[in-house]
Amino acid sequence: MTTPESTDVLVVGSGFGGAITAYHLAAGGAKVTILERGPWLSGTDFDHDFLLGSSYTRAFDFVVGDGMSVLGGNCVGGGSVVYFAALPRAPGFVFERRGSIGRRMWPAAISRDTLDPWYDRIAEAMPVRTQDWDDVTYAGGLWAAACNHSGRTANPVPNGVDNDKCVNCNWMMSGCRFDAKRSLLFNYLPAALAHGARIRPLHEVQRLERTDDGGYRVHYNVVHDEDYRLQSGSGAIDAKIVVLAAGAGATPVILQRSEPTLGAMPHAVGRYFSGNGERLNTAVLDEERVRDVLGLSRGADLAYEANQIGKGPCVANWDRLDGSLPEYSRYSLEQLYFPPGLGTILAQVPGATTPSWFGVDKKEMLRRWRSWLIIFTMIEDDNEGVFGPPPPTGNANRISQQMLGHGPLSYHPTANTQRAWAESDADVKDILERDGLAKVAPWTNDLVGAYTVHPLASCRIGDDPSTSALDDRHELRGHPGVFVTDGSAVPGALTVNPAMTIAALAERAVPGIVRAARERGVDVVYGAPSPDGQTSGRRATLPLASDLLRR
Amino acid sequence: MAAGTPEAEDDRTITLEAFADTIIPGEKRSPGDRSVAGAAPDGGAVAAGAIELLETSATGLTDGLDNFAGDLDAHARAYADQHALVLDDSLPPFAALPFTDRTALVRALTAPGHPEKVFWVMLSLFCNMAYDSAAHLHTADAIAAGHPGLTAMGFAVPDADGLWRFTEHSYGRKLADLHPDTTPSGSPA
Repeated sequence: MTTPESTDVLVVGSGFGGAITAYHLAAGGAKVTILERGPWLSGTDFDHDFLLGSSYTRAFDFVVGDGMSVLGGNCVGGGSVVYFAALPRAPGFVFERRGSIGRRMWPAAISRDTLDPWYDRIAEAMPVRTQDWDDVTYAGGLWAAACNHSGRTANPVPNGVDNDKCVNCNWMMSGCRFDAKRSLLFNYLPAALAHGARIRPLHEVQRLERTDDGGYRVHYNVVHDEDYRLQSGSGAIDAKIVVLAAGAGATPVILQRSEPTLGAMPHAVGRYFSGNGERLNTAVLDEERVRDVLGLSRGADLAYEANQIGKGPCVANWDRLDGSLPEYSRYSLEQLYFPPGLGTILAQVPGATTPSWFGVDKKEMLRRWRSWLIIFTMIEDDNEGVFGPPPPTGNANRISQQMLGHGPLSYHPTANTQRAWAESDADVKDILERDGLAKVAPWTNDLVGAYTVHPLASCRIGDDPSTSALDDRHELRGHPGVFVTDGSAVPGALTVNPAMTIAALAERAVPGIVRAARERGVDVVYGAPSPDGQTSGRRATLPLASDLLRR
Repeated sequence: MAAGTPEAEDDRTITLEAFADTIIPGEKRSPGDRSVAGAAPDGGAVAAGAIELLETSATGLTDGLDNFAGDLDAHARAYADQHALVLDDSLPPFAALPFTDRTALVRALTAPGHPEKVFWVMLSLFCNMAYDSAAHLHTADAIAAGHPGLTAMGFAVPDADGLWRFTEHSYGRKLADLHPDTTPSGSPA
């Protein structure tokens, strides 16, 4: 029998949770290996192409479950490569949520105030920029104008886009061809590599087991580079510390599969999944009304007809992000672009009384595609998702060569979630159907269930061992040396895009991981600056980190 | 008729075309077109290349197409019996159904609770993709060739290098007041 390779820290996944922890640990002196299930793509690998096999399908994972489907990144850089780079911070009330458990869901140590210095580090590292109205696309401007017309406010959403390079092509979900989107390929990952970290793409972790010296052996399959249904090898790596950041749709599956060799998992592993309360509505605009009612024109007799133009979400309505409102009635309404192929089938014809995702009227609606405005709702859901037994490999039974699979997640929305969706749908309708601006209908949940691009909470932090899998330092209860730092650690829906919060939590988790690594004999220190060397974020978090290093 | 014979393949194609045409209907390709019902003007999913896409092995559906067609025809036969419809036996049963009945059957097969829903949704998904994103073709080539779906949707023509760029992208002016609690970072409080 050959001896497995070994490393100090094995990081599973290279999205926000993996890249950030890998950078700090490598910079601090640890030997770090990152296993990433997807391919390693950059620059000209990012196609403007819907052809199966282009980056559009290579870099994504779409897993259909029972009542919930999850779209996630599947490449080096994870979600950051395919995301829309919307990077708002979560509103303060979110951290006080009680959700379904009758007590504060978040650990007592974390609030918006205590997380802000960690948010600042991400803002410095990405970097995150506030947007001017000049940066706001036609679709975002239209949404702002409609919100204003109905007596509401509207905000340009802070993001990670370099507007000097952006050409508003709206192909962000295929990866950015123009290096305008600030993904992890431009900050944490190259910095981690510069400090000696190694990234192995197309390595899909299957399970963990304990080694005799108190460390962990991590078993992986090597995935075929074109047909992800095939494996071209397998292996194992021993590590003193394991950081799981495979995404909220995969991390709990790896842990469930590891239970026979690792021992019993905390009850909350694979439970309390949240889809971030996400839902979509499609509005089909009446171009004349857009001109007459909102006074919008983009020249050449065009009022709007600009669905295709832009850079994802640019403007959000935050009027309902009001902490004085009861839980489950707070949400944001964000303008979004959703490309064809990945969800257009779910759009329903406004006003239809029978299922209308297909057929003659749907075809007519598609003819008006340039006049579509898609509104993305993020409510507070009820953490009602549960993962069933894991599939033989990975997190899904793969159907297509790339992207499409069936997974074990089931999600049956509670009355709280359904009521919140209904309220937010009515709000979108009120804004966009006012004075005949548009006709609006929500996407159907009947085909592939609800649809989330921001899976969360399936292995969450908390103070209560019965409802959280991780302690407030992200260590897996009962399994010292295993940490979880991806979206699965976030306790619940955030009412805004979660990347910023996932990233801030990962930054905050690093001191605790460093401490655990040192206790296991790894020669590593904490205190690296921002990936590009800036230090103002570090200055503000050092006192907080000292506390986390001591505990 | 044995699976794999040319006749069986023809029947399979007719049945799958009739299904695709139910998802995104189109005009008949010729007066004698029997799989495309002609329920909508201009090309639909069939003209957009639904069969080519379904027969692309990357979808993962290719090996199951015989079963899809066979099961669909069996459902069509049962539907016809249930509704006392007499089907033209020169056509595979699903294609022999009038368009409204094809629609009603697809609605039933894809409704929550139907035991085979997941399969029919999957087939629908790829039929729709043939039309709305031409997933069997390079997008720039599809547009240059006048792909019915992308053309009808008004998907823009790319630049000469096959990439999309939009120089004009903004109304360029303030269009709403910011939320009063917005923090200096641009986030909600």
